[in-house]
Amino acid sequence: MGQQVIPVEELIKSQKKPGFKYTPEEAPTEDYRDILFQLEKEGELEVLRVPEPYVEVTTKYGRKKKIPLEHTWHHKSCGQCGHIPGYSTSIFWLNRQFGFDYVDPSDQTSCTAWNYYASATSNAEAQAAVAVRNFAAAAETGRFPLIHCGTSFGHYKEVRHELLHHHQVRRKVREIMERLGKRLVFPEEIVHYSEWVYAIRDRIAERQVIDMSAIVASVHPACHYHKLVEEDAIYDPEIYGAQRTAIVTGTLKALGIQIGEYSSWYDCCGFGFRHILVSRDFSRSFAVQRKIEVMKEEADPDIVVTHDTGCVTTLDQSQFAGKAHGKKVGIPVMSDSQIAALAMGAHPYKVLQLHWHNTENRPFLEKLGIDPEEKWREFEDALEKLKRGEKHYLTWEDADA
Amino acid sequence: MNVDINSMPLDLTGGKYRDIPYEEKERLFNEVKADVRFHDVLYGCYECGVCVAACPSARFYDFSPRVIAQAVAREDVELVYILMNDSIWDCSQCFSCDRCPRGNSPGGLITLMREVAVRNGLESAKEALEGYGRIIYKIMSTGTQVSPDMLQPNAFPDWGHHVNEIADNLDLWRRALPPETLHTVETGWSVSEKTIIELYLIWHMTGVMDMIKEIDEGLFMILQDVMEERLEDAGYDVTFDE
Repeated sequence: MGQQVIPVEELIKSQKKPGFKYTPEEAPTEDYRDILFQLEKEGELEVLRVPEPYVEVTTKYGRKKKIPLEHTWHHKSCGQCGHIPGYSTSIFWLNRQFGFDYVDPSDQTSCTAWNYYASATSNAEAQAAVAVRNFAAAAETGRFPLIHCGTSFGHYKEVRHELLHHHQVRRKVREIMERLGKRLVFPEEIVHYSEWVYAIRDRIAERQVIDMSAIVASVHPACHYHKLVEEDAIYDPEIYGAQRTAIVTGTLKALGIQIGEYSSWYDCCGFGFRHILVSRDFSRSFAVQRKIEVMKEEADPDIVVTHDTGCVTTLDQSQFAGKAHGKKVGIPVMSDSQIAALAMGAHPYKVLQLHWHNTENRPFLEKLGIDPEEKWREFEDALEKLKRGEKHYLTWEDADA
Repeated sequence: MNVDINSMPLDLTGGKYRDIPYEEKERLFNEVKADVRFHDVLYGCYECGVCVAACPSARFYDFSPRVIAQAVAREDVELVYILMNDSIWDCSQCFSCDRCPRGNSPGGLITLMREVAVRNGLESAKEALEGYGRIIYKIMSTGTQVSPDMLQPNAFPDWGHHVNEIADNLDLWRRALPPETLHTVETGWSVSEKTIIELYLIWHMTGVMDMIKEIDEGLFMILQDVMEERLEDAGYDVTFDE
């Protein structure tokens, strides 16, 4: 079947209502920063400022958001680190390529929101205390938290609302932080790593060594990125007329990748939090029937690119069962960080760690002129050294050798 | 006999919860309303159905975020109790329903209802979380939700044989990761002892373990043993069973 790309941008431009405005003055939601800085003045909390250098981007209602380039404290993601570790490895690799100062901390816990949304075995005070403990740990290093997980990103914005609007929650968190010997500190901005990738997309493109212009990618924007506390997600008039988030799509366009549009872009991936762990029949069915099959029929992309742990996992892993049922599947799934790293010449197995992914991705690599067999042999050579005890771990230097 | 159907509660369960006293249902409903976040998630309902149109669970289950928002807004105590047992665990918590033109967050409302269901040890909550205990154990005791060693064929048979390959090469493949914090197998990343102790103190000071006790007494006892021992080693005299 031939490629069918829906002309979404043209449709949006032609249907845009005359009254549509993209200005902060027209924003239907409060600017939380007004309250945050007021509470700081009143001595209720401490605001962790975005360090320089930073890039300003535009959010849903035309407000500006600061994205720090470096001096970042990497708030890692459970699912990425546990099951698809090339995702976070690629984020670190990009930082190292640009020589950015960052720290990969071990005094970080999960935001615990995956469990909270799955089982509700927690409460507002506990969730807020977990968040502030992590932010205080970041502040102690003099660096700014960069959030790897879409759910952590969304949940921390929920926590922000609760801390700013409910003094009971603030009081309890203050009591806990005093017991832990930590400060009640909250960041000026909650920043997702994909916003950082978006902010440096032109720099990535400048150092691109793999031509990706033949690639068609379908984008799945993560629900907890653009639906949960919607106002500080990135929107850009040049991308979809600012009618949907520019995240991921803006990055891929900068790399010369064609966007394969599909009608169910707003649907979730099927992750479900509880469902992906103990009720996976739902996750599998939704991912295959509402996402992958629709993409296949309407855009026939070479790859699906998304920016959250759960989305990569669900969309990738669910295709195995879909194939067994004769469904139209077979599209590899990666994160924007992996695609950006690949574009800059990162090794598909030593850095992207694609062997942790499920759906066949070798045809995608071949289309980019990368020989997956040769790259796998190089990775196996590195594994042999570990097996022989010549070294205990693969180092960053090994990854670039 | 004249029957006023408007005064009859909507109950499609066949009277499954008829024996539960109204006062008990009302107590749980009031607990939902007493949450400080309640007025952040429910403002009213136009019955427009935008939330249902966007909802993934509505496509695959007999589930409606609109019905839940409506029932709570109308203070229909009987229906809320039914939904709290038979419906809320189908929600995907994706928050697609946050596009509500009235500003509601049905997903957020459901989070509050789930919390009440757990805190009160409802049987339906225990059933919904059956098999989930190992995840609660992992996140509460280690500070990371999923770990590499969970990738075992018996846990993910529907993910195909690549899970076998990962399980067979787990230690080697983890050592082949350049970031030092990712060399772990039992946690997503290395978490320092001091940080874990701080997390346990948060659980202690916020009553989260009381919720675990309501939902799974066996899991509570295992977590209690692990946490109290590590806290004692760190110099804290803390008990979770007060």
